[in-house]
Amino acid sequence: MKVSAEQIKHVAELARLKLTDEEIESLGMEAVIEFANKLSELDAEQIAPTNHVSDIYNVFREDEIVPSYDRDDILKNAPAKARGCVLVPKVVE
Amino acid sequence: MSLYEKTIHELSHMLKAKEVSSVEITESVLERIDAVEDKVGGYVTVSKESALEMAKAVDALIASGESLSDIAGIPVAVKDNICTKGIATTCSSKMLENFVPPYDAFVSNKLKENGGVIIGKTNMDEFAMGASTETSYFHLTKNPYDLTKVPGGSSGGSAAVVAADEAIFSLGSDTGGSIRQPASFCSVVGLKPTYGLVSRFGLVAFASSLDQIGPMTKDVTDCAIVMNAIAGHDKMDSTSANITLPDYKSALVDDVKGMKIGIPREYMGEGIAPDVKAIILNAAKKYEEMGAIVEEFSLPMTDYALSAYYIISSAEASSNLARFDGIKYGYRTKEFEDLTDIYAKSRTEGFGSEVKRRIMLGTYALSSGYYDAYYKKAQQVRTLVKQSFNDAFAKYDMILSPAYPNTAFEIGGKITDAVQMYLGDICTVSVNIAGLPGIVVPAGFDSNNMPVGVQLIGKAFDEMTLIRGAYAFEKNTDFHTIRPSL
Repeated sequence: MKVSAEQIKHVAELARLKLTDEEIESLGMEAVIEFANKLSELDAEQIAPTNHVSDIYNVFREDEIVPSYDRDDILKNAPAKARGCVLVPKVVE
Repeated sequence: MSLYEKTIHELSHMLKAKEVSSVEITESVLERIDAVEDKVGGYVTVSKESALEMAKAVDALIASGESLSDIAGIPVAVKDNICTKGIATTCSSKMLENFVPPYDAFVSNKLKENGGVIIGKTNMDEFAMGASTETSYFHLTKNPYDLTKVPGGSSGGSAAVVAADEAIFSLGSDTGGSIRQPASFCSVVGLKPTYGLVSRFGLVAFASSLDQIGPMTKDVTDCAIVMNAIAGHDKMDSTSANITLPDYKSALVDDVKGMKIGIPREYMGEGIAPDVKAIILNAAKKYEEMGAIVEEFSLPMTDYALSAYYIISSAEASSNLARFDGIKYGYRTKEFEDLTDIYAKSRTEGFGSEVKRRIMLGTYALSSGYYDAYYKKAQQVRTLVKQSFNDAFAKYDMILSPAYPNTAFEIGGKITDAVQMYLGDICTVSVNIAGLPGIVVPAGFDSNNMPVGVQLIGKAFDEMTLIRGAYAFEKNTDFHTIRPSL
């Protein structure tokens, strides 16, 4: 499957990346996707996929009340904050 | 011999005999860092003050007669994608340049509980994506054996600081070879444990179904000591294995008589440098001399495993790295119009090229209409890879191979061609896809005096056989005693 410039731009949008034409060029996505296309040579129609190597099962625990992180400690890493909250631009008109 | 040159087990013995204090050991390592770090560049952060405080606390415990773990009072460097409370954890990315975790990763906590002295955070490829530590946003790390060459990656800083005696041991992380390949490049011991053996809580996620944290040490005894400290069940990681742990030190036995070892032909093919091949065959011969039974066999799916690895790891990365959106933590762009604009601009300005490339590949592989051809197909290959290892382990106790087709390459030599860089991972990625343990031990030097490690791969949760196999090899060779001159 050859990938078009238009598709690459669409993927960048899905990934929330703003890439210029030069950046797209320098990422070399065509070659990378060509490398991934190696798999198309293989017939694996009858093979069950493995999502995870270990046996995955639901892990339950008691719903115990334990101290959580301190609000001010957590907010120390926020790029913008006000009155104990993370500050973001207006979302709802 | 200076204190900083010694191993964990040597220093631990001296500490317990009260011949030396942890503060003295820590000061010795800090002096070594001052002397050679300009050349090596293995650290992102050196946490001098908190290290000396930790060392003082351990010395107080020793004075009070408390019985101590083997790593108590020993300076350890931690890869910068493992959260350390109060010490910046950057993933070598502009995105997390100012991120100071409010909590400790499970392993950081384990180190502290055991009295380990965290001396700093090591440089890495950005978000662990790379094989040379050249994608770090901050600076290059040099190979202590030849400063014009890369230390490998992504745990290049963790390997280089151990090789350069700037830490007594370190922790790395391995998603597709990121502990084993730099261990091979820098002549240290590196273990990628079985998936689930070491908790991933507090490890900044790259590919959650593949990532594992493991030790990088100066010898195999130290490797066993560190595994005793960091392995174990954690309720904060739902993939953490709840099993009874052995004492890894009890595997330090110099005896491989009757052990069956297989060498996969696919890992010794035309892409492997002649010097590397000769060194690996020499290691195989050494095992035969020690009484093991060694033979070649075929491990199918190796070529497909490489593409499958890049699809699975990039798909998981594209999902895991969606959290970096400039809102709650990490880099936020300075100028923006609305919320969507914050997301896109923060990500575009905060991530480097290799991270963007992986996010793009992963998003593509998961996008509507392509899922079956890429992601599902890769998961089917995963089944086949796992099966091929199961077949091999019906016949063999261990698999022996190179960790990388070459020795350390020149800085700048491969970074311009992403696919060429990916192709180098042929000997390591299958181990992660199948969730198996793999250890690398020093096995020789090529004609340019660059190190080569031999990789041993084991059954799931059979680290004991790997440690035993690696220990016997180390006991019967002296490659691990040859140190770089800086």
